Amino acid sequence: MNSRPIPDSDLHAYLDGELSAERHADVAARLANHPEAARRVEAYRAQKQALRRLFDPVLDEPLPDGLKALAAPPRSAPARWLPAWSLQRIAASLAIALVGAAAGWLAHDQYRPPSLAGQPPPLPHQAAVAHVVYSPDVKRPVEIGAEHEELLVTWLSKRLGTTVRPPRLGAVGYELIGGRLLPGNSGPVAQFMYHDASGQRLTLYVSTENTANRDTAFRFAREGPVNVFYWIDGKFGYAISGGMPKDELARIATAVYDQFQKN
Amino acid sequence: MDSRAILAELPRLRRYARALAGSREAADDLVQDTLERAWTRMARWQPGSDLRSWLLAIMHNLRIDQLRQPAIPATSLDEDGIEFPERATQTDRIEVTELEAALARLPEEQRAVLLLVALEDMSYAQIAATLSIPPGTVMSRLARGRENLRRILDARSQPVPLKIVR
Repeated sequence: MNSRPIPDSDLHAYLDGELSAERHADVAARLANHPEAARRVEAYRAQKQALRRLFDPVLDEPLPDGLKALAAPPRSAPARWLPAWSLQRIAASLAIALVGAAAGWLAHDQYRPPSLAGQPPPLPHQAAVAHVVYSPDVKRPVEIGAEHEELLVTWLSKRLGTTVRPPRLGAVGYELIGGRLLPGNSGPVAQFMYHDASGQRLTLYVSTENTANRDTAFRFAREGPVNVFYWIDGKFGYAISGGMPKDELARIATAVYDQFQKN
Repeated sequence: MDSRAILAELPRLRRYARALAGSREAADDLVQDTLERAWTRMARWQPGSDLRSWLLAIMHNLRIDQLRQPAIPATSLDEDGIEFPERATQTDRIEVTELEAALARLPEEQRAVLLLVALEDMSYAQIAATLSIPPGTVMSRLARGRENLRRILDARSQPVPLKIVR
């Protein structure tokens, strides 16, 4: 009787303590006659132990402040953690915006769609795709170059139906290369491209398609190799994409945010 | 929901997220999103029920949303995509660095079940409830996940055959 093959599911249930005492003893007895099954059980047991060895040290790590803060009920917008100085500046800007939009915020906090499936791709994803498509282009990264900036502004503003002007990022070491028009989910969107002294490129994606109006927090997303900071301000959605590290991109995104707040 | 109770769960949530998502940054972003979403769904929390399972279920749903949006270089990995070199001799001792890489190669759905069993000590029934899948699916994902992991690790521990150079 002990030579009957042991079903796979019993091996796992045996190892994980899911069997009744009687069946546990039965499997244990049969394993003696099934060395191959016994070896597998031991291999799975070793996996379990190794997973604990590998990940248990995380339990002893100090908790990031951003997470600790989130253990308490949020008082206002759910902010992503950023360097403290940029958070303060953003908080100051948001405080002003919040005065007029308190009702909207409450609605936002209460409601989030359960799933993004079936909806158009979200802003950071679109922006990141546009970034990886155009930023590596050596010969034609933009449609209209920075040398014709006024033409670029006039053209994009006309197509988007609202004034869209590229921010100046010289203070954070980035210079405008130019811009282009792109198709968004339902109409045109603008992309501005910048580079620094080393040739590192970043793109600013400006959409005017936001109608859901459900998010104005400064948020971070990673799309493969591309880091994206984005926020939504009224009908405008802004996304800064680049391959640089998160904190450097946060510095640039804050500069962009500040300039659009002034407009 | 009680802030202290949530705070007490954070180390374990981070451990699970780290194992599931791979990097510290992705894991902490995932935990952060989980907490944000949990607060928006406070009304659905039933006092007295298992807080950890509830938070893990939220994390799981977030992860599904994330994975539905393909990353730029789409590195989706299904089971057919895993290549197993020839079987090698068995070793019970598993090097943790190898394990981390091997774990990352598993399909997410298998990795999740494997980790809930190994790290969270959850019963199959608890896992089925947390992930909203039938108990039979828990078993099949666990079985495939463990077997895949074993074969990946075995393949890695295979000694490199030496060539004779004349």
